[in-house]
Order: sequence, then C-alpha cells, then structure tokens
Amino acid sequence: MTRQVYMDHMATTPLLPEVLEAMLPYFTQHFGNPASLHSWGDAAREAVEASRAQVAAFIGARPEEIVFTGSGTEANNMAIKGLAQAQEKKGRHIVVSAIEHFSVLQAARTMEKRGFEVTLVPVDADGLVSPAAVAASLRPDTVLVSVMLANPEVGTIEPVREIATVVKEHGAIMHTDAVAAAGQIPINVEELGVDALSLAACQFYGPKGVGALYLRRGVRLIPLMDGGVQEGGRRPGTDNVPGIVGMGRAAALAPARLPQYAEHLQSLRERLFTGITASVEHILITGHRQQRLPGHASFCVRFIEGEAMLMLLDARGVACSSGSACTSRALKTSHVLTAMNVPAETAQGSLVFSLGLDNTAEDVDHVVEVLPPVVQRLRQMSPLWDKFLKGKKEGS
Amino acid sequence: MPAYSEKVMEYFMNPRNVGEIPDADGIGEVGNPVCGDMMTFYVKVDGDRLADVKFKTFGCGAAIAVSSMVSEMAKGKTLEEAMQITNKDVAQELGGLPPNKYHCSNLGADALHKAIEDYLQKAGKESPQV
Repeated sequence: MTRQVYMDHMATTPLLPEVLEAMLPYFTQHFGNPASLHSWGDAAREAVEASRAQVAAFIGARPEEIVFTGSGTEANNMAIKGLAQAQEKKGRHIVVSAIEHFSVLQAARTMEKRGFEVTLVPVDADGLVSPAAVAASLRPDTVLVSVMLANPEVGTIEPVREIATVVKEHGAIMHTDAVAAAGQIPINVEELGVDALSLAACQFYGPKGVGALYLRRGVRLIPLMDGGVQEGGRRPGTDNVPGIVGMGRAAALAPARLPQYAEHLQSLRERLFTGITASVEHILITGHRQQRLPGHASFCVRFIEGEAMLMLLDARGVACSSGSACTSRALKTSHVLTAMNVPAETAQGSLVFSLGLDNTAEDVDHVVEVLPPVVQRLRQMSPLWDKFLKGKKEGS
Repeated sequence: MPAYSEKVMEYFMNPRNVGEIPDADGIGEVGNPVCGDMMTFYVKVDGDRLADVKFKTFGCGAAIAVSSMVSEMAKGKTLEEAMQITNKDVAQELGGLPPNKYHCSNLGADALHKAIEDYLQKAGKESPQV
C-alpha cells in the first residue's frame, strides 16, 4: 500500500485518543443538560465548567471570560458582529486585515450593510500586517479592529501584540482570530493585550463542531442568537457537552507538549522546505520565511494549477491543500495571495502543507519524493510551461 | 477532491493525446491563466478529417479531463463533425461536471473549434456551416 501522509492540519487535526476517552461518558452516562436543576444536569454542568477553566488556562484567561461556540467561524462572527454592534453608539468603523478568514471578512461585510464602514488593512509581500498600517487606518469612530494571530494559508504570524498596543491606545476593541495559531505557538491574552480571541478545538487535536470566544471581562457583546441563558446569555442553545469536554481536554494537553512539538514541527518544516526547493525549480515560498507557524510550509509552483496537483498527490497518498481558484467554491484566486501581490497566474499553483503530531521525517521524505514527478507531469501538459521554455530559449 | 465522476478521474489520471504537434495544421488557444484554465489544441488534417488532435492544458482536474475527452472525441472525425461537438456534449460524455466547473473548465470544444478555424483560415477555406 502507498504510504498515507496527512499534511493538512490547518483543515483539521486528528482527535487524540485521550480526548475521545474524556468525551465518551458525556454522550451516554452523563447525558444531562447543563441547564437542568438536578444531578444529571449538575454532572454535565460541572464538566462544562471544568472545560471552561481548562480552555481559559490554555490562553491565560479567566474561566468566566470563555464563551463556548459551535466553531471558530461562529466565534469570529460573534466577535465581529457582536462587538461592533455593542459599540455602535460610539462609532461605526471596523478595521480588519486583508488576509483574514472569510468568517471575519464576510462578517465585516455584513456589518457594512448594517451601516458600518470597513477598512481593509493591506499586507506586505510576506503577508505581514504592519502596526503602522493599522494605526494609519484608525479613525475617531473606529470601534473594532481584527487581525489574525497567524494565517492558515501562508503561515505568517502577525505582530498582534504591537497592533493591540496601537488599537488600545486609540480606545478601540481588539480581536484576534487565533484558530490557526492555537496549539502551535504559545498564546496568552494578557501578553497579547487583546480583548477578544477566537479558537477552534479541531485545530489542536480536539473535536470538530466546538470553538470558543475569549471575551475580556467587561467587554460588551450583542449575542448572535436569542432565546437562552447559556454561556451567560452570550451564546444561547444547549451546550455541546461532549464537544466542550473534548475541547477542554485538548486545551489541557497542548501546553505541556508545545516546546517539543513546535521543535518537531519546525524541523519537519525545514526538511520539507529544503527538500522541495532543491527538487522543484520555479517555486515560490509564500508567507514569511521565519515568522511563521512551525508546522506550516506553503508554496506556489509556477506554470501549473493547485487542484490538479492535489488530485495527483492524493493518488500517491499525500493530503495537502491549495489556495488556487479552482479549489475554491467561488472559483476565485485566494484573497490572501492576491493581497500579498502574488500574480494571479502564480497563485494558481498554490500548495499548502501543514504538519502535525502524526507526521515524521519519513512522511516529509515521501512528499519530497512524490511531488517532483507530479509537478513534472503537469508541466509537461502545460502550455504556460511551453511558453516559458520557448521564451527562455529565444532570450538566451 | 471535488465531486468528480469516475470518468473525469480516469481522463484526468490517464489523459489521452497530451502534447503538441510540431507541424500542426491548426492551433487554437482559449482561456487565460488568471482565471484558472488555459487550453491549447493542435490539429493535423488529412483531407477533410482530423488525422491527429493533441492538447496542452493549464488548469484543474476538470480542465485536463475535458481536454482529454475532446481530443478523443474529435480524432478521426470530419471537420464538420468536429465543429458540431459542443462543450455540453463533452461534459455529458464525462458523466457530468460539478456545477461550478461547467463554465470555466469546460472550454475544450471551443479550443478545438479555434484550432480547426485556424487551419481553415490558413488553408484559405471557409468554415463549414454548423
């Protein structure tokens, strides 16, 4: 059988066995509703509160500052819409970076329809948001700024602490989407100086369908939904108790693993970068070369298209991701690569490898072995490659 | 992967007629790399028939499968018959395409027709009425 190599941990991570084990009793034995006033409810509520404390400890927050959600996307929507709306008497201007996840960008667009103005802060060629650019975009009526902690497509880690300093001096609310970063780099809300921060459990070996929004004590939020008292009224709806228990367990396991984990990921990443750049020519590394997630390696392979590469790699047991237009449902070139000024033609060859706990040096070597023939095969089919070779011949 | 039919996968994984014809009688190019897909078709004409059809394609799995299918459908056909192949026919032969791929990736017949028109123009002939 072909070696199976999963390198798409930015899409989701596998669930750790000990996380699953922690979750299981809450499907069956402790099935109670945490809102119920009897011992079944008590057992579920205690588990949810224990998880809340674990997630809070994971990011240096207080338990009462954690609101469980159904996903990272929900946490981002809640932050953008709920925080902006709570501030609307103060001002109606929102600032977000151009490379945010769609759950931030489109939530901001929705607020435009509700009378807010949105400024997109540009990024440089490495995908970095500069604190000065954020400062330049602030206006007297700016009430909310959102810049992600790390970008899942190009791996760049943003200077959120410096940005938060600028934003807090201005008196606006600072949110960061830490979904991609969580579990790979240490996160402390006090050190970052943010008011709100989004997490998704399935990015750090927890279950899918559960996320959290950190909300600094005293920060007001208008809930997205009405009709319940759960999560302090900020997120009505019966809690996903097994999911929340899993998120808590995953959050509790992450910090102890982190130093060795990050080192492991980084050494694999460098092995991948070295191997691929040595064996595939006309390739562009995307994102910041050093200031990036330890387990993240992204490229644009010129003259060919990403989805075709994904399909051929999948046939050779390798799972990764791409930001090419053809891989997006809307068939649009990645807004992240576009914001970084990568030419549309080059962006089509986007390839993203995101590493995780389950990857080994042998996995990396397998990718380095199977990728060059895939690239070569597609280039031999590509009229762009032809034109490039002919141009080179004529030029020389 | 997108929801591709078995036939699309087969024509993508084992594409037919990839390459160029150095002394092609006609060349047709459609699409552009910015929108994601670009196809170049080469035809060799013998009498009123397509003796050979080859292609080069930059694009996703669907674009490559489409090119591959068009080349196979056209080879050996008369110019008139080949001009009647539509993008819809190609998609049908492939067992359908995901809805969002119908327009952008399904340009193979257009590229083929362009190559035939290029031949006719070079040969000083009129395009067959279809």
